[in-house]
Formats: sequence, C-alpha cells, structure tokens
Amino acid sequence: MVKKSKEIPDTSHLRETARQVRLDIVEMLHRAGSGHTGGSLSATDILVALFFEQMRLNPQDPCWLGRDRFVLSKGHAAPALYAVLSRLGYFPRAELFTLRQFGSTLQGHPDSSCTPGVEVTTGSLGQGLSIANGMALAARLNGNGARVYVLLGDGEVQEGQIWEAAMSAVHYRLDNLTAILDRNRLQIDGRTAEVMSLEPLASKWEAFGWHTLQVDGHSFPELLSALKDAGQVKDRPTMIIAHTVKGKGVSIFENQVKYHGVAPNKEEYAQALKELQAD
Amino acid sequence: MSAKESTRVEYGKALLKLGEENPDIVALDADLSGSTQTKHFAKAFPQRFFNMGVAEQDLLGTAAGLALGGKIPFASTFAMFATGRAWEQIRQSIAYAKLNVKIVASHGGISVGEDGGSHQAVEDLALMRVLPNMVVLIPADGPETRAMVRWAAEYQGPVYIRTGRMPFPVIFPENHRFELGRGQILREGEDVTLAGIGLLTHHCLQAADLLAKDGVSARVLNLSCLKPLDWLLVAESARRTGAMVTAEEHLATGGLGSAVSEVLAEHYPVPLQRIGLRDIFGTSGDAEILLKHYGLMPDDIRKAALKVMGRKNGR
Repeated sequence: MVKKSKEIPDTSHLRETARQVRLDIVEMLHRAGSGHTGGSLSATDILVALFFEQMRLNPQDPCWLGRDRFVLSKGHAAPALYAVLSRLGYFPRAELFTLRQFGSTLQGHPDSSCTPGVEVTTGSLGQGLSIANGMALAARLNGNGARVYVLLGDGEVQEGQIWEAAMSAVHYRLDNLTAILDRNRLQIDGRTAEVMSLEPLASKWEAFGWHTLQVDGHSFPELLSALKDAGQVKDRPTMIIAHTVKGKGVSIFENQVKYHGVAPNKEEYAQALKELQAD
Repeated sequence: MSAKESTRVEYGKALLKLGEENPDIVALDADLSGSTQTKHFAKAFPQRFFNMGVAEQDLLGTAAGLALGGKIPFASTFAMFATGRAWEQIRQSIAYAKLNVKIVASHGGISVGEDGGSHQAVEDLALMRVLPNMVVLIPADGPETRAMVRWAAEYQGPVYIRTGRMPFPVIFPENHRFELGRGQILREGEDVTLAGIGLLTHHCLQAADLLAKDGVSARVLNLSCLKPLDWLLVAESARRTGAMVTAEEHLATGGLGSAVSEVLAEHYPVPLQRIGLRDIFGTSGDAEILLKHYGLMPDDIRKAALKVMGRKNGR
C-alpha cells in the first residue's frame, strides 16, 4: 500500500474521508468528555490531504524505513490524528472511543510509545519543529529519501523555540522538510491578534528564509498543490500557512474560542452529528 | 596518583573514537564546541556534527529528532544551559519520549572558576535526577569518563553525563569498565563512609588519608552512577560503618546528598553529613580558592567525618 504523490486528482473522495474523520472526532471527544474540539476540526483537512494523498506510508509496516514522517507539534489535535490513523488501519476503530481513559493506547496528547503510527511524542507546544529538523537531518544522512512533515498551531508559534528552529532549518538547507501552520486565528484565551499578535506572519517566515506559501486550509486542491510544490523546492524548507476555521464543519463550534479545549456535550454532539451527516 | 586528566577533554577524545567506530554517532553543540571538546568530532566528521548556535532548546529538540531517525546523538553545552535553559525540552522531548539522546554537559560545579555563578551549574544533578527514564552519571576521572561515554553509546535511552572543566587526578586503571547502577568501594574502612562524585571522589580519598592519621578508618565510595543509585552498597556501607558523609560539587539539596539521604531514611538510618553548597550560588574566583571557600576540600570532608562519627551514639 505504498503511495506516491501524483497529479492532483478529483478530491471528492478526500472530502468524504474528512467528513468521516470529523464524525469520529466529535464522537471521540463527546465520549471522552474532554479534549480539544476546535483545533482538531481545523486541522482535519490538512491531515487528510497529508495521510490519504501526499505522504509515502505503509500502515501494514508502520516502521518501514523509507516512510515519510509526520510530527503533530500542536499535540492537542491528537483526536484528528488518531481518527486518521485508525481509518488507515494502524489500529482498530474501536480504540478511538477509549481516548483519554486510563490504560488507553490513545493518550490525551500523542505518545509514540503507546500508539501505532504516531511518530513523535508531543503535547508541550513549541518543540515539534526542532524535532522535525532533527528527523530531516537524519533522513538526509540515511539517504532513504524520506520527507518530514510537521503541523504547527498558530498560537504555538508564540514559543521562542519555534524561531530557533526556523533559523536552523534554513541554516541546514532542509529541503526535505515541509511545515504546515494551522492558521485558525484563535487560542485558548481569545483571538491570536488580541492575545499576542502574529502578523505579518508570512513575512516573518520569508524573512527567516523559508519558501512560504499561503493556502485555504480547507481546499484540497490548494493543499495538495502546495504540498507538491514544496517537494520541488531545493536547498530550503517550505512553510505552508493554511488559513483555517477553528471548529470547521460544525456551525456551533466554528470560530468559537470556547471550543478550543471543550468537548461537545450531549446536545452539541447531536447537533454536530446532524450537520456532519447532512453534509 | 600522578597523572591529571580533565573529564571534558577525555569526553572529546572518547567521542572522536566512537565516531570512528560507529557511523550512527552524531554530535551537536550550542556554540561551545571548544569548551565542551566536541570540536575534535566536528573536525573529523563535519557531516555528522551540527552546531545549533546559541540555542539550547533547539539543540536538545534537534537531538531528539536525530534519535528518532536512528542516530545516536551526543548533545553538548555547559551543564547550566543544557539542564537549566532546556529542562522542559529534555523532559518532554527526550525523557518522557524515552529517546536515545546522550547529553554530555561540561562545566559542572563551581570549579568552573572565574566565569562565576551564572556559569557554574550547582543544580544540574537535581534537575536531571528528578526525571523518570533519565540515567545520571558523574565520572570521577579520565578512565571512568571514557568508559561511561562508551557505555552510553551502547545503552538505549536518555543519559546525562556531567563533565568538569579542571583536570584532576586519575583514580581508575585504563581498562576500567562502567556498570549501570553500581558504585565502587575505593578503599575499605570501618568507622565512617565517605561517598563522593566527580572531583570530590578524589577529595574523599585524600580525606581518608587525613583520617587515617587521626586513627579513623574510612570506607570510600565512588557513586558516579547517581541514578540509578547503588542503594544496596549505600545501605550496606551504613550498616558496616554506622555513619556517612556525602561530598559533591553541587547544592547539598537535590544531588548526591539527597539521594543518599533517601536510601538511608528508607533502608538503614544512620547519621549523615552532607558536603555541598548550602542554599547558595557560586561566585567568580580561582577554582582552588572556590573549593576552599565553599568547604569542599579534603579537610572539610575530614571534619564532617569526625562530626558525624560523634553523632553515632546519640541516635
């Protein structure tokens, strides 16, 4: 089941996959009774584009040396990653509904020692880009052609370590690294513009020397085109700023700060099912 | 005890040798490769050496990523910056994630000297010892440094090794082997146990010589493997000698003194005297003067031994 990136196809099947993934996410979170709804739903289409189209993977052989690597630096979007991995066959779907329970293989934030398909243990923000850089350096030394993908949150890039890593990725010319920034414009305490301004965000990455692209993070043609473009850039890393809607797919969650770290209650879950099933 | 060696210099040599033997060994530094001695590896293997600039958090995170890619990264900088500036990166990305990263940090303790308190790590052992999955090692001399570095490259998991700036006398034979979780009895004795790490292991041996002139027979331990600690050896020494002194170039809290206190309290309580910095940071000065100022010399250990022996009957 080794896949290679190919010409950008009809993406209706990806939209359907994303709809199924979102249904799994809201059910997981509702049953768990806690977790991060908004950022899981904003990142869903990015993860589906990566895992179902872009990345070279083999779920039957999760440790295949030539596989592409993924780092979920915004570890609180773990439910979205788990739903995607389960759908690809890394572990049975039933395990999704043990999320956050004692003894579960699905920790509140990603733990590579517990969950098949999770490459990197994350959760504390700001650390994933450095780790991705190290993985990209190792891939270069190993010469196996593996590419490294890392998903950052927008609030997360307020961490200083991100900018240390932004420098080193360029210094070491990591053209086998693609970073995607889930630009949903909200963080726990409010709008990013109010909590700690990030703009001009694209200019910052450009000034650090990154090949920087901006896309609609819910458009599969745009995401796939940018991911393909990143693979052709030489001598520098690529940053794809994906403009997204926090809570995407369920009207009552969309652009609502409250749902950063709150799981759907019974009524909200019923509403989410209604909307996602009608989609 | 004639030859003197610096543990950081021996680390640099050992790393270079490992690099020749194993192509998976990589090294990282944060703009201190001359001081930490990774410069020799950097010169020999430029493709496998990564200078991360003055960015310790990125240093440790990048090392974690290299470990995930199957490499065996040795990450070095000053002990203060590795364990202080990047503590949470070590916790999350290395210890919690159980990654195969070796942190070899130089300039531990106050014998750093003239650079002063900002650069003298006196709390690094406490910061590393508290982390689950972390092995914490403080070599007592050159041969032990070489043995530990070689062992760390073969062990799967996070390891912290503290090296020192100044040269000090060689204790172990050239073919010394390191064993995880094992301390060594360097000298037998009946009246009191002196347990040291790093340079202070050597001072414990000198203190035992002084005590012999006082008619006191002291057992001397090297507890260079601080975590996991050889608790059986500590408890057995307490039972045999009835009193203990710990000696370290570190705060008296959180390091060797605390680790030994914990073992004694739970397994075999005997009077204990801790030699170390007492709730105080370091300061600038010549290393020898600082060791005297903070009470870390052989005669200070001798006095502590006489004091703690006096408490034996009172317990």
